[in-house]
Amino acid sequence: MFRYTVKRLIQGVITVWFIATATFIAMHSVPGDPLSGERLANEEIRANLEARYGLDRPLFAQYLIYMGNMARGDFGISFTQQNRRVNDIIREHFPVSATLGILAVVFAALGGILWGALTALFRNRLPDVVIMFLVILGISVPSFVVAALSQLGLTSLNALLGVSILPVAGWGTLLHMIVPSMVLGLGTMAFLTRLMRSSMLEIVNADFVRTAKSKGLPPTRIFLKHQLRNAILPVITVLGPAIAAITTGGFVVELVFAIPGLGRYFVQAVQQLDYTVIMGTTVFYGAFLVFMVILVDLLYGLIDPRVRLE
Amino acid sequence: MSTAAFKFGPGDFEPVATERRTQTLSRPSVSYWQDAWRRLKENRRALISLWIVIALAFFTLAGPLLWRVDPAAQDLDQVSLPPGLPRVALIVEPYVPWAGITATPVPGTPETLAAATPDGLRLVEPATTQAVRLAWDPVPGASGYQLYRNIFDPEPDGAVGLPVAEILDPAQVSFEDRLDLEPTRYWYSVFARDEFGAEAGDYATVTVDLTRVVSAAEAETLGWIDAAGAVALGDEIVLPYYPLGTDYLGRDMLSRLMYGARVSLFIGVVAPLLFVVVGIVYGSAAGFIGGRVDQLLMRFADFVVALPFLLFMILFKIAFGIGPGESGIFPMLVALVLLAWPATARLVRGQVLQIREEGYIGASQLLGAKTTYLVLRHMIPNTMGVILVTLTFAVPTVIFTEAFLSFIGMGVAPPTPSWGSMSNEGLRTMLTHPHELIFPAIFISVTVLAFNLLGDGLRDALDVRMRGRE
Repeated sequence: MFRYTVKRLIQGVITVWFIATATFIAMHSVPGDPLSGERLANEEIRANLEARYGLDRPLFAQYLIYMGNMARGDFGISFTQQNRRVNDIIREHFPVSATLGILAVVFAALGGILWGALTALFRNRLPDVVIMFLVILGISVPSFVVAALSQLGLTSLNALLGVSILPVAGWGTLLHMIVPSMVLGLGTMAFLTRLMRSSMLEIVNADFVRTAKSKGLPPTRIFLKHQLRNAILPVITVLGPAIAAITTGGFVVELVFAIPGLGRYFVQAVQQLDYTVIMGTTVFYGAFLVFMVILVDLLYGLIDPRVRLE
Repeated sequence: MSTAAFKFGPGDFEPVATERRTQTLSRPSVSYWQDAWRRLKENRRALISLWIVIALAFFTLAGPLLWRVDPAAQDLDQVSLPPGLPRVALIVEPYVPWAGITATPVPGTPETLAAATPDGLRLVEPATTQAVRLAWDPVPGASGYQLYRNIFDPEPDGAVGLPVAEILDPAQVSFEDRLDLEPTRYWYSVFARDEFGAEAGDYATVTVDLTRVVSAAEAETLGWIDAAGAVALGDEIVLPYYPLGTDYLGRDMLSRLMYGARVSLFIGVVAPLLFVVVGIVYGSAAGFIGGRVDQLLMRFADFVVALPFLLFMILFKIAFGIGPGESGIFPMLVALVLLAWPATARLVRGQVLQIREEGYIGASQLLGAKTTYLVLRHMIPNTMGVILVTLTFAVPTVIFTEAFLSFIGMGVAPPTPSWGSMSNEGLRTMLTHPHELIFPAIFISVTVLAFNLLGDGLRDALDVRMRGRE
């Protein structure tokens, strides 16, 4: 287990290096640059600014400086917001995105496991048909449409009741988080429901379940101890990629619900060609996702002893 | 029983009639693809989805040939029009200015004024989109009048709508509204003003239904008719028809949906084709060569998988750049291919490694088959099913990605329509004109749904091991 962990961590570091390099190459082949604004027509000012940001150096030297700073965890200073460090931007806005993402993952995982188990238990009966129809709908409707429609629904609900039960947009209290995280987690929940259903269907009639039944165990105990615990394993495997999908999918939800998260900041930085912010955010997100996947894999090893042997 | 009882005669050595047909195939043999097609036909959901996909292809390819409306043409007289039947307009005389109606002001006290309402509020002429002419009886003690217009009934909340006029002359008891008139129902409300200019007393409301009219000369300028002389007063002419309404710039929704389908479906179909081909080549190379090269190739694929997909889609898209007048479809295709190939490569490699060990490959090699023959005759046909399923499932993912990018403004550049960018534009007017968001959203959802269900059906039909799984 220890060797496996170390191996995965080394792999993770190399992957982050690859992400950083790819980001650097992509960013430096972008036509135009953040300094080509109208106010900077003066060549002297331009030269000074280039020197300040190190843009006058050869590309490879820039790469080395960039990688060196990155290794020390310094992402540099924003181009468009002078005197604001990228680290501060991430520190300020990432917790918001992370909170939203964690809530969405929890919602998606709990919902997916619950609905998936239900559909499998009621196979081809009414609950199964209804839930699977909703699941297909959840997979097919784009998140921005769901976000917009849920906002519309919220406004009409609030108008109908005359009081604002749930805020329509913004961020701050727990009430603000409920609807956006549900919208964000919906697609993943639909996906997990399908996965859970198929893995549950394989287990519903497994030998050990029959043994448990013939021992005379109560159905709830069979469900919780034998069926659910075994069926849950494939769901945990895909949680890593699911976290990745949810955190990057957060852009749309952050835009629609006006949430001050890192995703919205990234879109803004891309529109303004803010080099350092784009590179910093991408590498940060990439590293976060890589280590999330590793963490989930290691956890999986703890839960399922069969994986550790490999 | 004694053996002596047997006497063999010549008759015992007659040859038996030979049975030539020892084995017959009672049914024609069924190939893998025929079998798969038979299974797919039994799956009703998949079959309906297949028809939807065919209908979408027809809508995209043949639609613009049948419905020849320019998706970029703006009809500013019919902006944000909801879907419906053709609209007609009545030909009338050109507009003639109106002097209005004056009356001698009636004196009164502030008390009578506070209790008064402008009585006799009426339409002077039938209301048209050219002008609405209102008149009312003078209110005792009024120093002027205030008019409001609403598109909803002001009752019961007293929401009188937009202020359209402030009349300072108490002798003026009429008003002509020419401001941006739509052929719908308006509620006009009139207040009397006291000497300080404040609204006094109660208001009177009149409900006005407007007819769409146009003068012959205007109709010709707008291109609704060919020549002004061709129509007479009182004729009804049909306006340019938009069955699904128009967007916020007065562009035809139906035609934009068709051209948007070209972008969305083009990317949705071509990008998966391209990256699946790249994946096949890469994966089968890795699987075939094996050893150190395989390790190296697959490790690289792992790195590409680890890149945060949407972030790098955006990065690559801006890295390729969009020149003026370009739609930005090509950069999106390249970015998609660069990022999405490893999944297919892994899958194909796994398949190749598995098939390489199969008995029939060994048999074929024993019979002297060359590598090319093995690949073409055995490897590709045997992986085709899995690849086809991947392809079908890749289509909705790519359509979603395109819609997502266009939605956050990183996709195709305007004025090229795509379903994603249309949804983005429709979102702004969601409350007042929901059809601008709902139509593209329905098209995206139905397309994604159809491809997902078709993918499920294909997987059940083609991949025997995966059958019955969700």
